[in-house]
Amino acid sequence: MPDSQTKIRVIVAKPGLDGHDRGAKVIARALRDAGMEVIYTGLRQTPSQIVQTVIQEDAYCLCISILSGAHNHLFPEILKLLGEADVQDVLILGGGIIPPEDVPALKKLGVSEVFGPGTSTSDTVKYIREHVQPRA
Amino acid sequence: MDLMDRFRQGDRRALARLITHVENGTPVGRAAMRELYGATGRGRSIGVTGPPGTGKSTLVDQLASVFRKEGLRIAIVCVDPSSPFTGGAILADRVRMRHLQDDPEVFIRSMASRGALGGLSRATGSVLKVLDAFGFDVILLETVGVGQGEVEVVREAETCLVIEVPGLGDGIQAIKAGILEIGHVFVVNKSDNPGADRVAEQILTMLSLNPVPPPWQPPVVQTVATKGAGVEDLARQVRRHWEHLDAQNLRREHLGRRRIADLAEILKCRALGAASQRVLSRPEYSELRRKVELGQMDPYEAADRLLPFDGIEEWRLP
Repeated sequence: MPDSQTKIRVIVAKPGLDGHDRGAKVIARALRDAGMEVIYTGLRQTPSQIVQTVIQEDAYCLCISILSGAHNHLFPEILKLLGEADVQDVLILGGGIIPPEDVPALKKLGVSEVFGPGTSTSDTVKYIREHVQPRA
Repeated sequence: MDLMDRFRQGDRRALARLITHVENGTPVGRAAMRELYGATGRGRSIGVTGPPGTGKSTLVDQLASVFRKEGLRIAIVCVDPSSPFTGGAILADRVRMRHLQDDPEVFIRSMASRGALGGLSRATGSVLKVLDAFGFDVILLETVGVGQGEVEVVREAETCLVIEVPGLGDGIQAIKAGILEIGHVFVVNKSDNPGADRVAEQILTMLSLNPVPPPWQPPVVQTVATKGAGVEDLARQVRRHWEHLDAQNLRREHLGRRRIADLAEILKCRALGAASQRVLSRPEYSELRRKVELGQMDPYEAADRLLPFDGIEEWRLP
């Protein structure tokens, strides 16, 4: 068991009107099996609910899964609210169905990486381990 | 500005970060506990426990919503189990707490049990105190889904709700020792399912068998948490229990017991830490461990060599 001092807390969030959470659950399970503590929000969360969850849970990483095509609306909204709350030390990742041509704009907003279909879960685990900012 | 200053000014991000420190047992967390301890004991603590899938999170959501209508500031701590193999956890109690997520007077924190077996994690009691010191009026504590014996919640919470549902067991379950002894209010949730009256009746029968009737007779409330049915009644019973605690001066007793338990817990952690440090510092430790693994030495022999036995093998502080 990894040292509890380094326990990584990750939020897996499903924003908006999108009922497809199989991928989110697979990711949540993979992160769990990698020894992380995964807070799953459940479906149909508003951006403000997700930001509140990030703050209250003091998460190291926020994984946002969107398969509804609304990523260009939801990501900017979430990142704007995080900025307004002055949350700067959280690693933001995206997943789901996000066309490659939309990825550069999301990255410019502050999304660190986008993991699409076919990504190996071990790649996601590795990425998170290497990029989260250590906390307490 | 330093973390504790921000905390004292009511900054919720400082609160969240301080909880991380306390949960991880960092020097910042330990110093904060010393500083805040004197400011605890103001908020009401309500423990919610019961088997997995009985609707604990949904009930917490509903109960908190009732208290919110009365203007109370609410904190919720929910504990879910850590994997015994990887240490990872899925914390999904927030999924059922949709009514509260946007409310600036509600603070929800999920915790993993991190190897503790009593239905809470080791740091849960400390985190409750941090929330208490922050100024929440009511602190709801939802345990891991429990079986029969995980009763640690009763140490931390002055009012304990034990949640049951129809269809889990027969009357013999109701007379066993364990979680059915710790309830101040019993809830039969999912009471629109057949058999709810029977479960309620079995609990009442069990309670009526107490040799000396306690000054507080735990009520049994039937609810359908998903529809909010019975939740007002539940909130009323919780308030009745608060009044009872106040009238009988029992709150002071509870807080006193909790302080003693905190002292014992701190001493125990230190004693265990010191003992394991001593064992680890012995160069022969890994060799003896290997011999025990291979069956070449019995564990008692190895233990005698690593940690001299002074005749006491149990924790016994009064």
